[in-house]
Amino acid sequence: MTMSTTTATYQRRTKDQLAARVAQDIFDGAVVNLGIGQPTLVANHLPAGREIVLQSENGILGMGPAPAAGNEDYDLINAGKQPVTLLAGGSFFHHADSFAMMRGGHLDICVLGAFQVSATGDLANWSTGEEGAIPAVGGAMDLAIGAKQTWVMMDLLTKAGVSKIVKECSYPLTGIGCVKRVYSDLATIECTPDGLRLIDTVDGLTHAELEKLIGLPIAA
Amino acid sequence: MIDKIAPSIADAMTGIQDGATVLIGGFGTAGIPLELIDGLIEQGARDLTVVNNNAGNGETGLAALLKAGRVRKIICSFPRQVDSQIFDGLYRSGKLELELVPQGNLAERIRAAGAGIGAFFCPTGYGTELAKGRETREIGGKHYVLEYPIYGDVALVKAETGDRWGNLNYRMAARNFGPVMAMASKKTIATVHEIVELGALDPESIVTPGVFVKHVVKIDRVATQAGGFKKAA
Repeated sequence: MTMSTTTATYQRRTKDQLAARVAQDIFDGAVVNLGIGQPTLVANHLPAGREIVLQSENGILGMGPAPAAGNEDYDLINAGKQPVTLLAGGSFFHHADSFAMMRGGHLDICVLGAFQVSATGDLANWSTGEEGAIPAVGGAMDLAIGAKQTWVMMDLLTKAGVSKIVKECSYPLTGIGCVKRVYSDLATIECTPDGLRLIDTVDGLTHAELEKLIGLPIAA
Repeated sequence: MIDKIAPSIADAMTGIQDGATVLIGGFGTAGIPLELIDGLIEQGARDLTVVNNNAGNGETGLAALLKAGRVRKIICSFPRQVDSQIFDGLYRSGKLELELVPQGNLAERIRAAGAGIGAFFCPTGYGTELAKGRETREIGGKHYVLEYPIYGDVALVKAETGDRWGNLNYRMAARNFGPVMAMASKKTIATVHEIVELGALDPESIVTPGVFVKHVVKIDRVATQAGGFKKAA
């Protein structure tokens, strides 16, 4: 898919390409929690030869892929309530231990979706603050501040073309200064206390064009 | 002799008072003590405060307890789901109070109650709406919010195997909130699919020691059903 602007010479990363881009940065031996939704795709792209342990907030370490059709066991599900499997070496534990793993800094990486991320790494991903909406937070706030590194995986722009990387989040916050990196369909960007720093862009998208799309300075 | 095996769910349910706080285990499809929730509906206690990760799915279990008008307040992390219509209706019409708690805080507040902790400082939610107006403290350069325990009068827990001392094991991710809820409640009722002789459970791998459990009830083994799915990515 090309961008709608007539001058665009670049292509967005597809959801799978984005998942593969995230997976590429997950190191051998990492303990990782993949959030509900798009981040779960990362599991399909983990590079061969790396041993990566997936944690699920409902008390699983060493989570494996979905079972073959007919082998589902609904006592063995992920945080999105889909049936999964357990790898050799995997373990089960109760909820307080599971969240102790997060808060206690025992997870290396957590990958989450987001509505907005600020230049300094504030995250908004649990509520759009819509009047009358029923709130629900789940494990979002615990995950956001718990892992050694919190990565966000999202489209850079809303459907209306507005940047989801912002100076300050207008949606209710999930955590303050907690996002280290944003992996998006157009670029990979680091959030630092001093603002944004560029890691990469898709082919054909220049640094200057990206800054224009986001509307914020991005250090090289 | 200690014998925590209750002959029936109705027997185990006796004495649950109106206004009780009931901790109910389960996450998604796993570990929902459906039979005990049905027993609680039958028992008739009302004006309950219910603590669960969610707020009921479909028309059964917790949703049925809500529909029966027995619940005054729910403390949970994720009420809104595709099939949470019973909760949604009651909440929107102001008939049900909601306390929304981040999932890890929910688990740790329950654990704290069971462990005799008066309160604790937790980083989760600092600076967010859910921590508004709450006591905070900076410790070692990090910000924390003061969190209080959640005590249960009753806990309803689905376990797998148990014995007459109340020792319990669980099955896979059905463990979830069970162990901490059992610790935090005056009257913990657990269903099991199998009751074994004392000494048959491996003492090295008993998950909930019997001291936390009041009643164990054997129920038929029924495979956990699908349901409550979120849309796949």
